[in-house]
Amino acid sequence: MNNSAQNRLEGRNLCCIRGERVVISQLDFTLDAGEALILKGPNGSGKSTLLRLCAGLLSLAGGDILWRGAAVEKAPEAYRAGLTYIGHLDAVKPVFTVAENIAFWSGLKPGAPRLGAALARLDLEDLADLPAQFLSAGQKRRVTLARLAACDAPLWLLDEPTVSLDHTSTRRIAELIGDHLAAGGMVMAATHIDLGLTNARTLTLERLPQERLP
Amino acid sequence: MSGFFALIVRDVRLAARQGGASLLTVGFFVIAVTLFPLGVGPELAVLARISTGVVWVAALLACLLSLDRLFQADFEDGSLDLLILSPTPLELTVLAKCIANWLTTALPLVVAAPVLALVMHLPASGFAVLIVAMAVGTPALSLIGAIGAALTVGVRRGGVLLSLLVLPLYMPVLIFGVGAVDAAAMGLSPAPHLMLLGAISLGALVLGPWAAAAALRLMTS
Repeated sequence: MNNSAQNRLEGRNLCCIRGERVVISQLDFTLDAGEALILKGPNGSGKSTLLRLCAGLLSLAGGDILWRGAAVEKAPEAYRAGLTYIGHLDAVKPVFTVAENIAFWSGLKPGAPRLGAALARLDLEDLADLPAQFLSAGQKRRVTLARLAACDAPLWLLDEPTVSLDHTSTRRIAELIGDHLAAGGMVMAATHIDLGLTNARTLTLERLPQERLP
Repeated sequence: MSGFFALIVRDVRLAARQGGASLLTVGFFVIAVTLFPLGVGPELAVLARISTGVVWVAALLACLLSLDRLFQADFEDGSLDLLILSPTPLELTVLAKCIANWLTTALPLVVAAPVLALVMHLPASGFAVLIVAMAVGTPALSLIGAIGAALTVGVRRGGVLLSLLVLPLYMPVLIFGVGAVDAAAMGLSPAPHLMLLGAISLGALVLGPWAAAAALRLMTS
């Protein structure tokens, strides 16, 4: 996390169209190092869409997303190396063990993965050698979230990270996010629960009128 | 580059642990070829005449079987998003998946082909060329197939559509693959056919990952 002071994610005048409907229109946001941006809003208001836009998985209909002041399309690979995205789906292969699943995904990122630390952080040490097909939904979610602790990406994009987690695990995740922010990391998260973060701003998205494009 | 090799290793291990996807492909290949002597009759002259074509067509269809899971499995569990987001360029990611697909499905077919050629009474002079032609031609099957697999990712019942997209593109491989073995069986040089097969594979190596990556970006966005 070198040069964390320069890290800044900015969205300018973002527009996104999904299935001939405008989901996000003229949206601006900024996210600085050490800050969290919590996305709130009713179902269908575009929280997941905004996270996928920021990850580069969806294409913009208009506007710019800037990382350190430069448009992300100019250096997509460098940008992607610095982000971890947690989506709705867990991306956990049932025939691999917990440790193998975490090791593969964190191995794709630059830098040596911290597998042991990630297992400890998410309380997965006892399960490390268990094939993932025997895990419960909450345990699978923890395997997915362990990717956050295993690599050094400064930007975290989290889509409902605490879904199907129990109370203790939710607190662990809140602590993990808090520590990341304290170390100069950045978090953009769609969540309905209060994670108790100190340095967090809320971005409320509205559900746009459902008129079809001409 | 480490991500590239890590993905090959991961896909090969996945195939090995998921109860032998390779075995199923080879099993299909064996059964499909074995049906011909039963259907056509045991006349050796007839079998010898059609042997090369039957082995190649069965190999094409067997390769096709494995393709609809090439990206679909990763798409369904969210892995495809993460592969797109990895710092490795998507073209290299696709190439890594093609190499793993070739190692786990096409390579076993290359090994099984001579045994089946024996069943089909292929003239002895054609065996070596059959193995070489399959080794040279099958990479094109994985690489071209990846384009079809990428275009049908996320499509319900995409397997049939995939066959319609990919089989016409497999025709040149079939023509020159059969041509090489027939030429050798008739005592002619198989070299021109093998070179054309090699050219198809090299062309697919350049175009396949690039086109499949573009298709994946289109289908996931």
